[in-house]
Amino acid sequence: MEAAVDIVLLSFLCVTVIVIVYIRKLFCAIMLLGIFSLLSASLFITMDAVDVAFTEAAVGTGISSILLLSALSLTHTRERRPSHQPYLALLVVAVTGAVLVYGTMDLPPFGDPDSAIHRHMAVRFIVDSPQEVGPPNVVTSVLASYRGYDTLGEATVIFTAGIALVGLLGFSRRKEFKVRLGGVLPDTTPVAVQVLDASNAPSTDHLVLRIVGKMFIPLIMLFALYVQFHGDYGPGGGFQAGVIFASAIMLYAMIFNVEKAMLVVTPTALRLLAVLGLMLYGGVGVLCMFLGGNFLDYNVLAHEPLHGQHLGIFLIELGVGITVFAIMVTMFYALGNRKGGSA
Amino acid sequence: MSWVGHYNYWVAIFLMMSGFYVVISRGNLIKKLIGLNVFSTSVFLLYISMGKVNGGTAPIYCEHIHPGQLFSNPVPHVLILTAIVVGVATTAVGLALTVRINERYGTIEEDEIRAKDDSL
Amino acid sequence: MMDFCLLDILTALLLTVGCFLGISGGVGLYRLPDFFTRQHATGVTDSVCSFAILFALMLQAGFTLVSVKLCFVLVFLIVTSTTATHALAKTALKKGIRPLLGREDKR
Repeated sequence: MEAAVDIVLLSFLCVTVIVIVYIRKLFCAIMLLGIFSLLSASLFITMDAVDVAFTEAAVGTGISSILLLSALSLTHTRERRPSHQPYLALLVVAVTGAVLVYGTMDLPPFGDPDSAIHRHMAVRFIVDSPQEVGPPNVVTSVLASYRGYDTLGEATVIFTAGIALVGLLGFSRRKEFKVRLGGVLPDTTPVAVQVLDASNAPSTDHLVLRIVGKMFIPLIMLFALYVQFHGDYGPGGGFQAGVIFASAIMLYAMIFNVEKAMLVVTPTALRLLAVLGLMLYGGVGVLCMFLGGNFLDYNVLAHEPLHGQHLGIFLIELGVGITVFAIMVTMFYALGNRKGGSA
Repeated sequence: MSWVGHYNYWVAIFLMMSGFYVVISRGNLIKKLIGLNVFSTSVFLLYISMGKVNGGTAPIYCEHIHPGQLFSNPVPHVLILTAIVVGVATTAVGLALTVRINERYGTIEEDEIRAKDDSL
Repeated sequence: MMDFCLLDILTALLLTVGCFLGISGGVGLYRLPDFFTRQHATGVTDSVCSFAILFALMLQAGFTLVSVKLCFVLVFLIVTSTTATHALAKTALKKGIRPLLGREDKR
């Protein structure tokens, strides 16, 4: 029965990808990418990867689509007809695909509990994690404690991407804002992209959106905090929480104005928060060194190793959540506040 | 039913190759980024399907767990969590570059950019 | 074999209704001629289909924490998807898409 769900979802994925390859309206391609991410998240759930499904749904479906749509509204919305013959590309792709399929012949059967990758580290993590580290969610304990270095590198990568975006795009004010008040967007822009411009309307317009937004934005933030601190006991953690919190601010910025959102959550505050989160993570590691252990060795943080691990995981997940939130909102501001519309 | 399992891997490879085809054969920069996203997501699919265990459940200890319960492998989950977030960071930087290229050249098609560059 | 109680029959009925409405939303999205008529089809899917399926799952879960979480999901889903439908339709009307004047996108 699980095989049937698997096969149907994979077939939907294949159909979606074939349409993405051939469609030339970029708006439709971005929406189909969102559907692709959501189908992948469903597949991850059928394969028991609940944390990954949560992150893929939040990050892939949510943030990626928003960033792509913001960039699309600043550039052109249709792809030109390809002028080259695709035969060489098809040949390369076919040869690579054939080699990869030949490589998968040696892989163990799907779901085999005795295959080689389930032998060494995974057994140690699953069996020893409740005594050595503590949290019931083994993925959180592996992410934050056993492989804490990788997560520090990941937080640094996000931070660097945020810096790159600010360096490339900056936070320039949209000088055309006053000119476009009451103006009309060109008719070729798709309808939903024009919804992003709802802020130019007078304040009694879009009443339903404003009221529902005001009802739900605090609840979204509350849910983000729940996900942040419940990551030890269920799917969740810093990344998902930061992204959900950022999406609350993005919702506010889309319903009201990006300028108004920049008054609520100022770019200066975001810069400070991003740095604060990363320094919290690194600071916990250095504190462990000062207290006598290795870098990111949480056992020395408290009297008992398990309490130390709990405290260490709590602090670094908080640091990751703060950094991810600040950088996601920074990216949204940088792309959404760019004066543009050369379509 | 091992052919169902290998079906999983082959579909993931097909999706990977479609994303790869979009990256190398289309000239539009945003389309290339979409193809790159498709490529990364299908790699995640391949990785997570290698971590699944038959009869296992999500790697979380709760009150329903009996001793001897099989869990799916948590190590691919952790690696893919990192990869997803790094993927979105890469997409964001690519989009910023695309927006700047558009402002400079007025187009996001690779051929037209190259032609404008040669004529400068 | 299977212990058919009232709860199970009700769950099966609600799931069938929900699936039918979901499929009808998809068929309507494809077959209906105009932007606003397609909003009708997807609006039904967003509200009643999600209610039916989630309520069926709540019946199966009983009075546990899972039901409360499903209830939150249901309220959130109904309010936000119908608001999104409203926002799309209102913006379409304001930007000049008139009902029953041909197709919104040229297929």
